[in-house]
Amino acid sequence: MSEHLQHEILSLLKENSRLETEKIAHMLGESKEKVEQIIQELEKTGIIVKYGAVINWQKSEKPKVSALIDVKVAPQRGYGFDALARRIYRFPEVRSVYLMSGAYDLSVELEVDSMEAVGRFVTEKLATLDSVMGTTTHFVMKKYKEDGVILDDPEKDERLVITP
Amino acid sequence: MNLEEKLSPVVKNLAPSGIRRFFDLVNQKPNAISLGVGEPDFVTPWHVREACVAALERGMTTYTSNQGMPELIREIASYLNRRFSLNYDEQEILVTFGASEAIDLALRALVAAGDEVLIPEPCYVSYTPCVQLAGGKPVPVPTYAQYGFKLRAEELEKAITPRSKVLILCYPNNPTGAIMRREDLEPIAALVKKHGLLVISDEIYAELTYQGRHTSIGSLPGMKEHVILVSGFSKAFAMTGWRIGYTAAPLPILSGMLKIHQYTALCAPITSQMAALEAVKNGLQECEAMVSQYDRRRRLVVKAFQDMGLKCHDPQGAFYVFPSIESTGLDAHTFAEQLLEEEEVAVVPGDVFGPSGTGHIRCSYATSIERLGEALTRIERFVNRKRQLLPKRSLG
Repeated sequence: MSEHLQHEILSLLKENSRLETEKIAHMLGESKEKVEQIIQELEKTGIIVKYGAVINWQKSEKPKVSALIDVKVAPQRGYGFDALARRIYRFPEVRSVYLMSGAYDLSVELEVDSMEAVGRFVTEKLATLDSVMGTTTHFVMKKYKEDGVILDDPEKDERLVITP
Repeated sequence: MNLEEKLSPVVKNLAPSGIRRFFDLVNQKPNAISLGVGEPDFVTPWHVREACVAALERGMTTYTSNQGMPELIREIASYLNRRFSLNYDEQEILVTFGASEAIDLALRALVAAGDEVLIPEPCYVSYTPCVQLAGGKPVPVPTYAQYGFKLRAEELEKAITPRSKVLILCYPNNPTGAIMRREDLEPIAALVKKHGLLVISDEIYAELTYQGRHTSIGSLPGMKEHVILVSGFSKAFAMTGWRIGYTAAPLPILSGMLKIHQYTALCAPITSQMAALEAVKNGLQECEAMVSQYDRRRRLVVKAFQDMGLKCHDPQGAFYVFPSIESTGLDAHTFAEQLLEEEEVAVVPGDVFGPSGTGHIRCSYATSIERLGEALTRIERFVNRKRQLLPKRSLG
């Protein structure tokens, strides 16, 4: 499978995961069958993990609350940070978990329905874990850009309707 | 006092742009999807805009040298060398107000009363008026859909007379999307040398060449002294509104152009020159990303037109497709007007760009994939409807 073609397909799907296979094939000048086969392989090998949508929850009827939590950890012998990270990332309300360099160790992103839910998660679930030494919670007040997409004030098409 | 009578006869007799009337029509349809736009739908890359803002903050608000900022000229020379194998010294380059000014400068520097200027058409709408303003005589040279709208030596040779002085080339071409590969340029170059012509080569769309690299006619053996290269940042770096371009030519010709430029324009705006410097130094990656997006849309649009049964040569440059609409039984103006009225999609009738464009429409794919897809659906519906109105041909 050509690496270039694979990359082209990935970048198209990253931009719009609902793009029809046939359209992708036309755009890349390939056959529909070939594109279909490559996508299946990408799914099978786990390069494509899942298909989702970028949602601006702030605009929806039931906005979500997001928080970033810095977690200081006392690493366990033999496991490093991985064991704790695994315990944290299994909570469905956790959107992402990263091991960080610098002032703290794990960065946990939470997306829940209310501020209370954030509080409950931190005090009941996170802070009670054995190796957690401390947490600092930052509430997200406004999202300007999410997953590479600008959420506020997109640039309008200011071009004249017909130009030579 | 009749002020119109005071206008110089050349200006008075200049034909109004054929696009103007259509522009007014489209403007009455605020919801129309326009495939009539001859500029990128991308906004100038942020790092370029940011560089301009930073220059303003540093107080860069002055004139520059007439020729342009030395650092920008150095970078343009290096860029032309790296990308198109062209070798220009720094004093052979001039920074202008877009490629438009460069075309005007070249024509005014070269053309005297009665000199003939060969213009392959269909082509960008400014060449003929600029020749007329310079006192020259425009001589159209036809190109044909069956040859992919490439300029052929055969047609060119027929149009050459002892008064022929300049040939204007624009490849990749607006409006057809045609390009000239090296083997297409070679016979043209031979004619240029044989007749001692000069070529004004408008290569504004050079970066927008698909399936291979653009060949600049000035890079062919022995051609540099015949060529005035005209280009700019508008299309490659999505910088139309900055009005910044450049020209490169052998010193005696460039000096003539510089003389006009220094008296009429003084220098290109410093803010745009600073932005152009950032673009040419650090913008190629984003340029290539935009080109790859255009290429995808191009394939999609060409396929869609072919599926509709509209003959469409494979346009390998710029961001235009130029399908023939003759099979609908309509002429291009009626087609464009009815399409706008019935389906709210704007395209430009091909003969606006010259008689060889008759029976064709120009569709720009500098529009998002989503809008393109919707526009194509509407065009297909329209074409099918018009076909049903055609008298049925007997099958004999």
